[in-house]
Amino acid sequence: MTYLDHAATTPMLEEALEAYAATAREVGNPSSLHAAGRCARRRVEESRERVAAALGARPSEVVFTGGGTESDNLAVKGIFWARRAADPGRSRVVASAVEHHAVLDSVEWLAGREGATAHWLPVDQTGRLDPDRLAAELDAHAAEVALVTAMWANNEVGSVQPVAALAEVAAAYGIPFHTDAVQAVGQVPVDFAASGVAALTVTGHKLGGPVGVGALLLGRDVACTPVLHGGGQERDVRSGTLDAAGIVAFAVAVEIAVKAQQEYSARVAALRDDLVARVRQAVPEALYNGDPTDRLPGNAHFSFPGCEGDALLMLLDAQGIACSTGSACSAGVAQPSHVLLAMGADDDRARSSLRFSLGHTSTAEDVDALVAALPGVVERARRAGAIKSARG
Amino acid sequence: MRVLAAMSGGVDSAVAAARAVEAGHDVTGVHLALARNPQTYRTGARGCCTLEDSRDARRAADVLGIPFYVWDLADRFHEDVVETFVAEYAAGRTPNPCLRCNEKIKFAAVLDRAVALGFDAVVTGHHARLGPDGLLRRSVDLAKDQSYVLAVLTREQLDRSIFPLGDSTKAQVREEAARRGLAVADKPDSHDICFIADGDTRGFLADRLGEAPGEIVDARTGAVVGAHSGAYAYTVGQRKGLSLGVPAPDGKPRYVLSITPKTNTVTVGPAEALEVSTVAAERPVWTGGPAPDAALDCEVQLRAHGQVVPATVRLDGAELRAELREPVRGVAAGQAIVAYRPDPAGDVVLGSATISATA
Repeated sequence: MTYLDHAATTPMLEEALEAYAATAREVGNPSSLHAAGRCARRRVEESRERVAAALGARPSEVVFTGGGTESDNLAVKGIFWARRAADPGRSRVVASAVEHHAVLDSVEWLAGREGATAHWLPVDQTGRLDPDRLAAELDAHAAEVALVTAMWANNEVGSVQPVAALAEVAAAYGIPFHTDAVQAVGQVPVDFAASGVAALTVTGHKLGGPVGVGALLLGRDVACTPVLHGGGQERDVRSGTLDAAGIVAFAVAVEIAVKAQQEYSARVAALRDDLVARVRQAVPEALYNGDPTDRLPGNAHFSFPGCEGDALLMLLDAQGIACSTGSACSAGVAQPSHVLLAMGADDDRARSSLRFSLGHTSTAEDVDALVAALPGVVERARRAGAIKSARG
Repeated sequence: MRVLAAMSGGVDSAVAAARAVEAGHDVTGVHLALARNPQTYRTGARGCCTLEDSRDARRAADVLGIPFYVWDLADRFHEDVVETFVAEYAAGRTPNPCLRCNEKIKFAAVLDRAVALGFDAVVTGHHARLGPDGLLRRSVDLAKDQSYVLAVLTREQLDRSIFPLGDSTKAQVREEAARRGLAVADKPDSHDICFIADGDTRGFLADRLGEAPGEIVDARTGAVVGAHSGAYAYTVGQRKGLSLGVPAPDGKPRYVLSITPKTNTVTVGPAEALEVSTVAAERPVWTGGPAPDAALDCEVQLRAHGQVVPATVRLDGAELRAELREPVRGVAAGQAIVAYRPDPAGDVVLGSATISATA
């Protein structure tokens, strides 16, 4: 199989698998007071320190969660609720127009159900935000804004945002800034303290850890109302029995991914650049989406005019090549990507797009396989697309 | 062959796909997403277009070990089936949306796309026989036979279709599903109209066409005997729900005889007046052999699961005319007339057309 969907999930690192299995064999709830509990607690706290050290945070700023979606929900809803409770005038949420659904839908839920006002920051044609636009928004509405949220790097087109500059603008107005860094950690340098953000989402399975575990890095002075209520295990902000095995494996993966980041990104970016050059050569009409330079090293995102993304995906799948059309909805029906639409693409360009994402197991053979299959697949998908549009 | 199995999430299409795999075909499963908002369509037991159905179809594909995708045909379905359905009622006719879906979606939009993508045929779980002779025949299970809603398919469409279930009864299909470990083995049959969530066709039409109060007139006396809030809500042959305020002169029940959209009038009368012996129909399709150039003796069926009567059929360009040898009650414009040739190996579909007028 040629796996070109590392942005969806990437294989677990051997070290993380071993750490998971070793910890899972031990009994003990980290919240229990006996020796077994203390042992599990020690593993969790060591992991907290490792994650903190790798990401430039203090251990007390690491809130373990069930993954990216939970961290995003907690940050967006929790900070909104806490800020509005302290000042009922703060009901505005400023978010980028290209957020992952975990943020996008949380903001829309707040707008629909909690009386929030959503303000969407536009992006340019490469999917990048402009800190000046944020400054203008905060100039006009600073007193009403509960929080600002903008992703570190986009999951679809791979554009990396000027997060530090955005966070600096928010800080100047005293407004907490959350960033979804799910796609960024291990791919580009991420330092919580240096970035100046108040909250940062990270998850395990995009960087070689297990699915279902992640963290919200949450500044110690950032008030956040819990979403999950219960035992209050994580700073009273997050409840639920701590998943010691998952947390240990997550920490191992974060540490390795961050340590290897420079070398990894150089190697994978070179593969990706080769992929992009050869895809353009093989399919000259392909349109390359996203920022050409400020971009995740493993991301290549194209539109193939006249084709439907889901037809391309199916035909490549039949040849053993796995890729993605972007974000899928619950029924598995491809919706035109809100990211591409926000970048100014029309519906057809949005629907004709495919994401190839490379990762730590990618090889030159993967690129060869894709480039060999793609021209025939595009040709066939174009014929299918032509029939559909001819009929109406 | 490379074949595309349309998988609704029900037991029939799952077993059809399984049989296609067993026959040695290279099978890919596809669930058709037909609802713009899946929550508004019938759920689980009663429909084929909900998220639950999509999951059931995916699970069946997993068990069969075939690739599975969801194809979004919601816009096409809305345009070609739902809007047509509403327009037909508004014009005083009684459409059959399942037939239209076969004609325009399953064996048109889906089939065309499949062929363009390199597939040779589409497999469905319809209960009908389609053998090597290319003739469409009734299923061995006459109670489940769906040849009526497939009779609209052209030669080209049939040539690219596979119906693996025609030689089995529904009970056999369920048994086989259980044997194959398909969880949908005991899923209830779908029925009614998938895009009308609560089964209230009249309410569905009223939402889209608005209230249009008018009169119900007795055909014999010409007297106004009742009122309606939209003539589109009535079907020829309907007896229930008329709420007539004036009793019939003979005290016998009255039925809807006709709907006249122009005057927004529903005409009612006695059962005998429903009897039809001549049927005119448009847009004929003839697949059971060369189109006849003279009157042809055969059998006809005038609605889904309706009675079958002997008739003489003439095909005249864009029109099909049938003289029924015995009168039939409750024949509605908009339904299909399907001509069959009786055959011990399964009655053969000769052709079909859409009923435009009766006498």
